[in-house]
Amino acid sequence: MQELALILISTVLVNNFVLVKFLGLCPFMGVSRKLETATGMGLATTFVLTLSSVCSYLVNAYLLEPLGLGYLRTIAFILTIAVVVQFTEMVVHKTSPMLYQVLGIFLPLITTNCAVLGVALLNVQEQNGFVESAVYGFGAAVGFSLVLSLFAAIRERIAVADVPVAFRGSAISLVTAGLMSLAFMGFAGLIKV
Amino acid sequence: MLFPVFSSPHLPAQNNVSRVMGEVLLALLPGILCATWFFGWGVLVNIVIAATTCVAAEAAVLALRGRAVRATLADRSALLTGVLLALCLPPLAPWWIPVIGSLFAIVIAKQLYGGLGYNPFNPAMIGYVVLLISYPRELTLWIPPTGIEAQHLNLNLSQTLALIFTNSLPAETTIDALTMPTPLDATKTAFGLGQTLHEIKASPLFGHFGGVGWEWINLSFLIGGLYLLARRVISWHIPAGLLGGLFLIALVFYGSDTDAFPSPLFHLFSGAAMLGAFFIATDPVSAATTPRGRLLFGAGIGVIAYVIRTWGGYPDGIAFGVLLMNMAAPTIDYYTKPRVFGQSK
Repeated sequence: MQELALILISTVLVNNFVLVKFLGLCPFMGVSRKLETATGMGLATTFVLTLSSVCSYLVNAYLLEPLGLGYLRTIAFILTIAVVVQFTEMVVHKTSPMLYQVLGIFLPLITTNCAVLGVALLNVQEQNGFVESAVYGFGAAVGFSLVLSLFAAIRERIAVADVPVAFRGSAISLVTAGLMSLAFMGFAGLIKV
Repeated sequence: MLFPVFSSPHLPAQNNVSRVMGEVLLALLPGILCATWFFGWGVLVNIVIAATTCVAAEAAVLALRGRAVRATLADRSALLTGVLLALCLPPLAPWWIPVIGSLFAIVIAKQLYGGLGYNPFNPAMIGYVVLLISYPRELTLWIPPTGIEAQHLNLNLSQTLALIFTNSLPAETTIDALTMPTPLDATKTAFGLGQTLHEIKASPLFGHFGGVGWEWINLSFLIGGLYLLARRVISWHIPAGLLGGLFLIALVFYGSDTDAFPSPLFHLFSGAAMLGAFFIATDPVSAATTPRGRLLFGAGIGVIAYVIRTWGGYPDGIAFGVLLMNMAAPTIDYYTKPRVFGQSK
């Protein structure tokens, strides 16, 4: 139990996927213009990441390893993730058409979110079991959603700031992401992994 | 309800950025004097270097952008950033440490966002954290405060200047003989070695309730902070939240095991607690703005600072706490909007 709590803290804060491992930067920059879309994207990603983390663990443990197909891992994981994303898209479409419209192009784009593939591959690398994989994926997604919504709220303020012309738009957003990453360095050493 | 009506003349109080910054600088004086007393001339040298660099950097950026240089510099915000940054730095840091920190603070953390009023992060803390991460060795050059006779070496002004600018020490002195861990750092190391609080407290670094020197410095910042409160330059919410949060979480852990965790009082009077609570976290630009939000903002800093001090990789966590809560401030404001008068929820 304590180990699971450590994994959660580690993935949300200490090894935050966006600000410390620098994975999943495309949606971090792309969907952070408004707080509402950011929270929606965060929820969708949380769902997909946890599910795909578990599914890719199952694929790896019961399909790839027994058959000695380790070299197919990347392709197999991408396929698994695509299936999970498609499934999520169908669920969101049926349950919340509003959210579906708001997320628009970004929902299918979760497929290409490197954080999702990163979590699946890191699970294999760190030899996480079934429950650990689920917690790892969930923690990564919570960390992603957390910084995504904080970043969106900051960006709403920067949008009305008197930023020098050369730095407007993506440039100042990247600077902000860098400064956020700096703040997250404070958690370094919190958990010795 | 009572509506007090005053007769004319209705003179408005003069309230502008320049006055506020001036009051804050004035309130910093007791702390600066106290720090100089305990840590020598290096404190003042740091302040001069950092403040000069900040003002020069601000002027340069404003000139590049074609803005009014003189009018903007008159608000004294760059000066204050420099002083606050310098107060966080070890007194024997080489001259380029405050220069790099100040440049980063003013140019990247403040002016890239459009200057005063737009920066999402506290510029002084950004400057400090950049230095802490990039030059960890230089940021450990703390000297023992006046009062620890055993290891105290007095550097006069010219020796301090020589060390800061040319890195030359007086004969037969090494930098190791000159420096000493801060109480927070020493406590962390000692706990790492498995010592109990009782053993740690026996070391000469510890005074009445905090570290020698540090307790007085923090106390004088507290006095300055109370002056700011009395002058209504800052509201009580953020300092109360920060110190209350730090005190409560320290109390919980101290209560659970008095041998493994330092007392809440030690935490309140160590490191940058008071400076952070009254002068840094209260920065009106980067902090939360609603009353409830400010309490939450302060408490968050206190808790994060305690977590980093106790389990993290750095001796003090106020700077990181401030930056992390700066990050959360817009979200806190969003969710703590006060109810519009005359409307139900």
